[in-house]
Amino acid sequence: MSAVGNSVARKDGIGKATGAARYADDITFPGMLHGRTIRSTIPCGRIRSVRLDFDTTGFTVVDHRDVPARNAVDLIAQDQPFLVEQEIRHMAEPILLLAHENRERLYAVPVEVEYDEGEPLFDPEKSQQVFKTIDIVKGDTSSALADAELVVEGTYRTGHQEHVYIEPNGVIAVPEDGGIAIYGSVQCPFYVIKALRCLLGDAHPNVRVIQTETGGGFGGKEEYPSMIAGHAVMLALKSGRPVKIIYDRAEDMVATTKRHPAIVRHRTGVTRAGRIVAMDVDVLMDGGAYVTLSPTVLSRGCIHAAGPYRCDNVHIHGRTVFTNTPPNGAFRGFGAPQTEFAVEVHIDRIAEALGMDAVELRRRNALRPGDTTATGQTLRDDCSALMVLEEAVRRTDFDRKREEYKGSNRSVGLSLFYHGAGFTGAGERNLKSKARLELTAGGVRIAVGSTEIGQGTRTMHAQIVTDALGIPYEDVEVAQPDTSRVADSGPTVASRTCMVVGKILEECAHEMRDRLGGLSPAEYHSRHGPLTVERMYEPPDWIEWDDALYRGDAYATYGWGCDVAEVELDPDTFEVRPIRLTAVQEFGRPIHPALARGQIEGGTAQGLGYALLERVVMHNGAMANGQLTNYTIPTTLDTPEIDVVMMENPYPGGPFGAKGLGELPMDGPAPAVVNALRQLGFDVREIPATPELLSAGSRLG
Amino acid sequence: MTLRFVLNGAKTELDAHPMARLLDVLREECALTGSKEGCGEGECGACTVLVNGEPVCSCIIPVAHVEGAAVLTIEGLGGDHPLQHHFMNEVGAQCGICTPGMIMAAMALGPAPTLEDVKTALAGNLCRCTGYAAIYRAVMKWRGLEAPPSMVAE
Repeated sequence: MSAVGNSVARKDGIGKATGAARYADDITFPGMLHGRTIRSTIPCGRIRSVRLDFDTTGFTVVDHRDVPARNAVDLIAQDQPFLVEQEIRHMAEPILLLAHENRERLYAVPVEVEYDEGEPLFDPEKSQQVFKTIDIVKGDTSSALADAELVVEGTYRTGHQEHVYIEPNGVIAVPEDGGIAIYGSVQCPFYVIKALRCLLGDAHPNVRVIQTETGGGFGGKEEYPSMIAGHAVMLALKSGRPVKIIYDRAEDMVATTKRHPAIVRHRTGVTRAGRIVAMDVDVLMDGGAYVTLSPTVLSRGCIHAAGPYRCDNVHIHGRTVFTNTPPNGAFRGFGAPQTEFAVEVHIDRIAEALGMDAVELRRRNALRPGDTTATGQTLRDDCSALMVLEEAVRRTDFDRKREEYKGSNRSVGLSLFYHGAGFTGAGERNLKSKARLELTAGGVRIAVGSTEIGQGTRTMHAQIVTDALGIPYEDVEVAQPDTSRVADSGPTVASRTCMVVGKILEECAHEMRDRLGGLSPAEYHSRHGPLTVERMYEPPDWIEWDDALYRGDAYATYGWGCDVAEVELDPDTFEVRPIRLTAVQEFGRPIHPALARGQIEGGTAQGLGYALLERVVMHNGAMANGQLTNYTIPTTLDTPEIDVVMMENPYPGGPFGAKGLGELPMDGPAPAVVNALRQLGFDVREIPATPELLSAGSRLG
Repeated sequence: MTLRFVLNGAKTELDAHPMARLLDVLREECALTGSKEGCGEGECGACTVLVNGEPVCSCIIPVAHVEGAAVLTIEGLGGDHPLQHHFMNEVGAQCGICTPGMIMAAMALGPAPTLEDVKTALAGNLCRCTGYAAIYRAVMKWRGLEAPPSMVAE
């Protein structure tokens, strides 16, 4: 029996279910101190003074003057300081670090910071500080709009979303012989290495990062752990002792990144027969106070902004701006949930304006193999927009339900969406990811920096190696990511861990099979000793991308999805209860069906929270509801039955035909829900569609 | 003060401040780190333990409350409980941080729960990874019950 395609026993073992799995906060070291971060309490201004009104004996105190080399978190830009020197740009910005062996004592001491307050700016539409723009141009949009038989316009807004991984951020920095080790809850150990090299310079070359069992990430542990690791390292260097920093929920919610709020404007030209002839899209994203990953979030958002539709004339203009809120960052979907929400709600409004069935409008315009996307990419046979649409309509009996529910408090809504897998354009080529396979006495060991954060990395990689090498699944082990011992396989982001890293591992396994020359790993090892195979990712050779013009093959392949949401409205309270969500998704081929299904069910639930529940309330630039008491994510009682349909259309460039999957399910639920609300008479143009929004919002004729 | 209670079946006596959080005492004094802190305010359920058979959030219970009581944590189930295996096999655990609390909450279910009973019993336990369906599959399978057809993995 092959391992791929079967839900084999997971490599996690049973530790997660027995309490034996060790997360960052479960680990202690002898002599360990606890670390605390003193943060700004204003959104904008300058520090006048910092006073420690207590006996600092036994405390380690670190401020910006203790930075060994460069006071900047090294991401796309180097603009965000580890510790504020003078200028405050957002609430909860780190100013000073304290460490002490007694946690109660640590949190009891007062630190007084005096400021000269500045004038904060929170409205992205008023911000003049544009730090990234993108223009995607295809055909002649203004002429096509002028000639169009009908033009439909609309503005759509999405709010912040908080990740709410159930394990808050945390790291431990441990001085060790000749260097320092960082144990932590991280998605991207090598990002932390990069940031620490910048912070520490040449003086401290021996830095390694070890990923501890990680209690969820969803993008929220992509870039921020670099900041926390820098803090812990500075405290550890100064004290000479291990230092643990674990955020509590409130600190995690108030200080760390969120999904970018977005405002998306559409002007779309159509013929009376329902052919889309022009799409003009304006995307504005609120970056918050620093660059972080916003340029790439904007990029992915813009590339997906025209939706999975064919159109000869497209202009997508995107920009991201600074405001005085904590910086926004990576979150599952990475810009696409915002723009795909907008286009999918807009498509239903176009259908309404045309007096046409919205499914039929999608059917006529959905991308097919041979069509070109907004960036001019010609789609291949792995384009499945029509297939998922037809299956979702058939499976849910969509047309009948639409008719049957008219005039009731129930309705159905649909969304069609897609998601590019892997880094954008030349990204994978530039990344030069590597994977390593090591022969052991009884089998092989996978040595990559890709992290298991719940999605099943360890298991899925082991399945690929098992079948590609032709050895028993039990003989494949997976190394814990330790940057001193594993290959840099790139960050665990962008739906790339299966499709890209899995592919390199497949090739490593093929090479190893050849080199074993018919011997089993054990036979080879006993005769010849260790053997290591390392390979670098080679993207498909046909990928062409012009980063200046934003034209070409944006992604090697796309996953495709169609969601149907069935909802019920309480006419008295305006509460919307999802009854069922049907998620039809094509992502090449599932390597581990049960894990793949878990990605779809979990991502769909997050999407439903985004649609209906999850509202970040900002007061003076800080999250005012930074608690799970009043920032609500879906519970068992809020999550409906999720009917998952996994359709196959193997992608030749992926391992065993697999594409990326992690982010796709996040894109569809919100527009499907809002399109269902439209059938109930609510003209919703923003999410979350809370009862407050619905009761105050405009109703359709 | 000196506290006496039964912890995972064993008589236990320890010194702790009566207002110390039960979670901290379990994790730091008893080295039982299977109970997790997700929010510290009784909202997420990652710290759920059973006190005299009832699920409670150990992050909001002062340890004095369990004086004389029987406390069962995830470690008290041992490492080979059928429900633990079902959680892994059905992918009811993804990242795993909510899993110990989720399992302890499920342990308090009555003998023949319906799907609605399971949902209600777990309503105080947040999971951000699974969308809960796989958790229902694990619990229903443990109880030897058929999950509804749409919930059965193909």
